[in-house]
Amino acid sequence: MGGLQKKKYESGSATNYISRNKARKKLSLSLADFRRLCILKGIYPHEPKHKKKVNKGSTAPRTFYLLKDIRFLLHEPIVGKFREYKIFVRKLRKAYGKAEWSGVQRMKENKPAYKLDHIIKERYPTFIDAVRDVDDALSMCFLFSTFARTGKCHVQTIQLCRRLGVEWMNYIIASRSLRKVFLSIKGIYYQAEVLGQTITWIIPYQFAHDHPTDVDYRVMATFTELYTTLLGFVNFRLYQTLNLVYPPKLDGQGEFSLKSECEEDYALESESYSEKLAALSASLARTVPSVEDEEAELDHFPAEGLNTKKKKKKKKKKKNKKLFEGLKFFLNREVPRESLAFVIRCFGGEVSWDKSLCIGSTYDETDETITHHIVDRPTIDKQYINRYYIQPQWVYDCVNGKILLPVEEYFLGVTLPPHLSPFVEESEGDYVPPEKLKLLALQKGEKPPEEDEEEEEEEDDEDDEEEDDQSEDEDEAEDEASLAEMEEKRAQGKSLSVKVTPGKVKPENRMRTEQEEKAEEKRLAIMMMKKREKYLYDKIMFGKKRHVREANKLAAKRKAHDDANKPDKKKKKKKC
Amino acid sequence: LYLLYSILLLIFNLICFILYVCIWFCISRQKQKKLLHTGMSKFTLILTSLNLQVLDKCKIFSSVSLLVFITFSVRSQDIRNTVGNIPMEWYKDYPHIGYDLDGKKLFKPIRNKDELDEFLDKMENPDYWRTVQDKMTGADIRLSDEQVDLVHRLQQGKFGDVNFNEYEPAIDFFSNEVMIHPVTNRPQDKRSFIPSLIEKEKVGKLVHAIKMGWIKPRRPKETTPQYYDLWAKEDPNSILGRHKMHVPAPKMKLPGHEESYNPPPEYLMSEEERLAWEQQDPEDRKLSFLPQKFACLRAVPAYSRFIHERFERCLDLYLCPRQRKMRVNVNPEDLIPKLPKPKDLQPFPTTQSLVYRGHSSLVRSISVSPSGQWLVSGSDDCTVRFWEVSTARCLKTVEVGGAVKGVAWNPNPSICLVAVSYDDTVVLLNPGLGDRLVCTASDQLISSYEEPEEVKDQLVQWAVAEGEGHEQGHRLILKHPKAVRQVTWHGKGDYLACVMPDNGSSLQVVIHQVSKRRTQNPFRKNKGLVQCVSFHPIRPYFFVATQRYVRVYNLIKQELTKKLMANCKWISSMAIHPGGDNVICGSYDCRLAWFDLDLSTKPYKVLRHHKKALRSVAYHRHYPLFASGSDDGSVIVCHGMVYNDLLQNPLIVPVKVLKGHTITHDLGVLDVTFHPTQPWVFSSGSDGTVRLFT
Repeated sequence: MGGLQKKKYESGSATNYISRNKARKKLSLSLADFRRLCILKGIYPHEPKHKKKVNKGSTAPRTFYLLKDIRFLLHEPIVGKFREYKIFVRKLRKAYGKAEWSGVQRMKENKPAYKLDHIIKERYPTFIDAVRDVDDALSMCFLFSTFARTGKCHVQTIQLCRRLGVEWMNYIIASRSLRKVFLSIKGIYYQAEVLGQTITWIIPYQFAHDHPTDVDYRVMATFTELYTTLLGFVNFRLYQTLNLVYPPKLDGQGEFSLKSECEEDYALESESYSEKLAALSASLARTVPSVEDEEAELDHFPAEGLNTKKKKKKKKKKKNKKLFEGLKFFLNREVPRESLAFVIRCFGGEVSWDKSLCIGSTYDETDETITHHIVDRPTIDKQYINRYYIQPQWVYDCVNGKILLPVEEYFLGVTLPPHLSPFVEESEGDYVPPEKLKLLALQKGEKPPEEDEEEEEEEDDEDDEEEDDQSEDEDEAEDEASLAEMEEKRAQGKSLSVKVTPGKVKPENRMRTEQEEKAEEKRLAIMMMKKREKYLYDKIMFGKKRHVREANKLAAKRKAHDDANKPDKKKKKKKC
Repeated sequence: LYLLYSILLLIFNLICFILYVCIWFCISRQKQKKLLHTGMSKFTLILTSLNLQVLDKCKIFSSVSLLVFITFSVRSQDIRNTVGNIPMEWYKDYPHIGYDLDGKKLFKPIRNKDELDEFLDKMENPDYWRTVQDKMTGADIRLSDEQVDLVHRLQQGKFGDVNFNEYEPAIDFFSNEVMIHPVTNRPQDKRSFIPSLIEKEKVGKLVHAIKMGWIKPRRPKETTPQYYDLWAKEDPNSILGRHKMHVPAPKMKLPGHEESYNPPPEYLMSEEERLAWEQQDPEDRKLSFLPQKFACLRAVPAYSRFIHERFERCLDLYLCPRQRKMRVNVNPEDLIPKLPKPKDLQPFPTTQSLVYRGHSSLVRSISVSPSGQWLVSGSDDCTVRFWEVSTARCLKTVEVGGAVKGVAWNPNPSICLVAVSYDDTVVLLNPGLGDRLVCTASDQLISSYEEPEEVKDQLVQWAVAEGEGHEQGHRLILKHPKAVRQVTWHGKGDYLACVMPDNGSSLQVVIHQVSKRRTQNPFRKNKGLVQCVSFHPIRPYFFVATQRYVRVYNLIKQELTKKLMANCKWISSMAIHPGGDNVICGSYDCRLAWFDLDLSTKPYKVLRHHKKALRSVAYHRHYPLFASGSDDGSVIVCHGMVYNDLLQNPLIVPVKVLKGHTITHDLGVLDVTFHPTQPWVFSSGSDGTVRLFT
């Protein structure tokens, strides 16, 4: 006996968590400031295992933070800055009230500001960590850079976001690290591989936003504050790795010096440089003058067999990087200039546009060496003979397919083939759209088969799939039915056996019986499963079946669509 | 006197003149602006005119000034009350109202007017309304027209003077016109032309501070953030412990084909899918957007929910609790227990080989003769049929007086008797099949009974069948007080137990001894509704299954040895392993419980392999098999190996699902039994057939 009486909720999980309101009081911050702090420091709530215990017996919905996290926040210098800012606001308001304009002026000049450098360093102790987490930062910055310069946030923020976005894109071009592009209905997705990390970001289409009312822009602004800092440091470091000058400078030689006449029409003196950078048409200056072959070839040891595979892969990659090498593109004015210029330049192509469209165009439409003219309208009046007139999807599909696709399907006024998502990686049993199969065949180097054959093949494939699925579904039913059938056969007696020809049926039956036996064995074993395992098993099987069902549905839909469109195609062919 | 007068007048006029000059000057300065009181102006006018006279006609000034003097003196001669500005009610109790200039009392005027006079005065006097009482003198004063007018003007808030124009243009005292004379002639302060010492001191301090470098001129603030190599000194030791705990936010899901601006046609929604999508709650939707197809890139509009999605991502990042969830990454095949293959556990019945047709209603109960040659079945069509097992021929049909609930073949091979229960009767039949010697021996056994000398009152009436019944094979008829549901023989074939389920009474189970035609009720108390009973194959134990428990009684010691908890809602049937140490119980809630009596009173294994209620269970006498029949129309045969080694637990493996019975009236298989020697199983069903699976 003896000792102090133990009280409830004074040890264990109840002491590890703290509710949001308590945390706020502990830090003596307003809710808005607390939110800002959490966003900046990356503190997120935790879901306790036993909510009722932590909530001291109550079941009211509450957000809990780890007490450790909050203690960690206590030492944050930013908290002090927040308080200073609060005081500043109060003083300023007072000065306004008293109409002390000189005081207001003075206070405004000494407005307390804070830096997030140390937070970035703390949150991302290594550079790779930061690169890994740059996805959201990019998407947010690109979104903010498309905002109008009035209203929702500070102009400086928008400008900064734009600047960082352009820097990032310039880096991607310089490092040739873009991998995939996807035109979705939401915007354009890009995926790049930077220092071994895949980074995906989305840029909205170039339209004015109608700002929703139910979005808290303060939260977004706080995130942007953090993201711009992060992105700035990441850009700096990335530029350093490529020996590029930061802040980026255009390569001094040639090109853009020619175009200086039309600059005045386009932008102010102060802005023209950044605009030229944003045009993405010129390469960047390097701290160390560039050598032709940057990637010094590894010493070749013929004895090593393993290396050859790697080398092949590397070669392939290198080839992919130079997909558009030697091609000269010209963008018509209705296509998304920035996106196309970015993608084409990433893969080594040359690109230009009309002088009046944007700053930084490098050659005219009349240039005879242009190989591809990208147009997004049904017809064009004046056509040059020695170039292809194609729709913009061709560029994106080529990038995703990693080969130069045949241009016939992308000519003006032609119905485009579907644009597939490069992010989908079909595993076994998934539905694969026929276009993807075609693309895979092209990648392997096979020639595109004649359309009719192809269709037949597709159909066959689909049929097979369906059969498989059906057989799976119907297995059980068949087993049940088999007994009844057998009984009937028995009842009918010998008359059946006379008719059956022995040669044909047997091998099938053996297979069948074997399968059936196995299936029955399995079913019997399932009977003996424990309750918990049975539940899990049923759940897994349900998920699998649903997966199959969805794939089947898509296949059926496609088949129906193809069937409906077949007569039209045939008619067209006849006409041809 | 005249001289005196003239001197006085002269002096007076002199004063007046000075006064006039002053006033005139004043007037000229103000440019005829009327700053003075009306009365004052009047007075000045009078004086002006007077003095003009004086100036013009100084010779005759005396008479005029006299006139003025007289008028002046007349005005000042009126009765003055000298009490001052005091509340006059202080004098209310006195006859006088104050004092005049000479200090004499001023008496109140006589006022003898009463209310009536007042009223008459009011009516008759046309000036009554303009008559006021002077408080100081108490006299009535009739106001003149000017005075009334003045009162009116004051009431309207106007100036008293009619001629005063309040809206005259204002003239600035200080104006832009530089005047030759100063307004004031005050000399300048000294401080206005000597530099301030305090200021000098302050400036001196600032100058000193600037010289010393304490104050620096303001620089324009740097607004663009400065970036540098933040990770220049990457120190792996600086990674805090919390980074190991940190759960990085999951990346956003990558878009699939359906999000494309030009997706393959199968990803577009059909009309009904679209409608379903629209009717769903936004949170329940599988896709947050409608897949759309555009002919060209130019036609793609802005996505209206772009900012929303970004915002939601932000909210997710800072509001969502993060947790590491262990994904169950199990191959479902691994979950299935590894059991010995049914092939290796043969023999067991696999196919349906014979169907015994003949009954027109559901067959409740079947039983096989100990030799395995004959099969008896009792049905709801009030018949008992005897079949030859190997040919499925019905050898004999015995009609009884009710729906047959239970049949049981005597397990003793030397006796050929079948117990049949219907309604409240149990009949012992001799089918007369098989070895004739055995049949006659069993007939003799019954007929050789001699009534004991002292006849006791029996619970059950024993009667010997005679006449037609005897020819059909009826030998003994036992009339019970209640409906009998089940009959079962003891292994030796002498004792017969009957179950009469009843909730209220203690008479639920009776045990008959055939050779002595004696009946006993083994239980004094009702321990629940009895479902079925069974004798232990070897030892003198008796198993009684109530709704939820199976009780095991020792018949010799007459005590309860064990109570088995079945963990199910309602036991339907029970079977005892020929070894005697294992029991299986089937229940209406689809379970089959296997008890190992040596292990525990709880089930060693519970199988839920049937989809519907179990109706009956059975063990094979030699082979390690047991079977269960259920309402789902299937018989499941399981391999149930019991080892002699006490350390090894029984092995239970389901080996075959036998299907054949059709389900009628929601009932499937009603009874199952094994062949005594072969690995065959018989099952009777609600479709009126008995089937043999071999």
